[in-house]
Amino acid sequence: MTVADVKAALDAEIIGAGDPETVVLRACACDLLSDVLRCVTREKAILLTNLTHLQTVRVAEMVDAAAVCYMRGKRPGDDVIRLAEEKGMVLLTTKMTSYEASGQLCRLGLSGCEHD
Amino acid sequence: MNANHGDPGVVQLLGQELRIRDAMNRRVVTISSRTPMSELRPTLRAHRIAGIPVMDDGKLVGVISVEDMVNWITDGAVACPVAERMTRSPRALYADETLVHAINEFRKFGFFHFPVLDRDSGEVVGVVTREDVIQCLLKRLEIDYHEEGIRHYRASHIFEDIVADKSALLFHYYIIGQDFEKAGSSSSGLKKTLQRLGIHPDIVRRVAIATYEAEMNTVIYARTGELIAKVDTNQIRVEIEDFGPGIPDIAAALKPGFSTAPDWVRNLGFGAGMGLGNIQNCADEMNITSTVGKGIHLEITIAINKERVKYETKKDR
Repeated sequence: MTVADVKAALDAEIIGAGDPETVVLRACACDLLSDVLRCVTREKAILLTNLTHLQTVRVAEMVDAAAVCYMRGKRPGDDVIRLAEEKGMVLLTTKMTSYEASGQLCRLGLSGCEHD
Repeated sequence: MNANHGDPGVVQLLGQELRIRDAMNRRVVTISSRTPMSELRPTLRAHRIAGIPVMDDGKLVGVISVEDMVNWITDGAVACPVAERMTRSPRALYADETLVHAINEFRKFGFFHFPVLDRDSGEVVGVVTREDVIQCLLKRLEIDYHEEGIRHYRASHIFEDIVADKSALLFHYYIIGQDFEKAGSSSSGLKKTLQRLGIHPDIVRRVAIATYEAEMNTVIYARTGELIAKVDTNQIRVEIEDFGPGIPDIAAALKPGFSTAPDWVRNLGFGAGMGLGNIQNCADEMNITSTVGKGIHLEITIAINKERVKYETKKDR
């Protein structure tokens, strides 16, 4: 699945210069960033979150995630967008809640991340 | 060092990322089904191709290949139009399908080329051959890895070029307390450096997560801190020292869920009492000492080469 597929499924918008052809292999809906870091597989994951600060991108970077999608129409600040562009991280925003977005992605067959 | 060259996963991922439209030849040579078979050979020859889509009134009606022509000659080369010797209702691919799909189709049908259709209009927009797919993958690999690859190559050979009984690289980072904007930049810098050294991605990720958690702790609780990473051929050893309030009871701090984080930290998605546990989870060895009022000293060791680590540390001591 690519970011373009996620974008269509969540009726989302790509923020900044993210590449829609970026591959997404799994998803993780989480607002506790320590939980995102406690992982076995998060490579090429899309992180669905209600947080919008800079550390959402930092955490995604540390775990080799591919994209971050902000829920309920939230948008991060310019500093976050700049960092994401620098790191090649795709940012999206959707009007859906985490619950709805997770449901949509699940239906498309996108799996979750493995936990320890 | 575990270099990441020749990782089949990279090609697999590129094959999923790249589409047939990225690989196909857009200059499509077609012929009409009414063309006499005798005129086929010069056309194939002129364009150095092994097969041609047959189009009537803008619609794909078949494919005619060198093999069809050879069979026609073997059968006596009786004058007839292409329509009588072509493969009807040909297999075609869509421009928006992945290269992996194309590779599977080539394998499944044993063809050497496919016409490529636009999904919306149904029109032939290109032709794709096995060679096109290989060329496209190689080109993309080259673009993606050329720049980073040069750095990576140089860096991953550092240890081979050094003449010494024992050698290590030292990377030093400064951490500023309460600076949430810069928080994570040391771990990010170390991560990039380890990647360039050609260390395996799984090990790089473990180091990144462990140092990031430690860096966040320093930013949240301390005034300043330092992160020093020592990398040799066997292991990565990270020391994080901070100057802050310290931890009065380390055993309690190691318990999952234990946290003294203020609300502003919790609101940001941290401070759930998982940090040290996450570090422990990623590290092969973790050691933490603290003096109240002075700060914390945290040592993390992650093995690059598991079998040889024990020998090294024993010699170190």
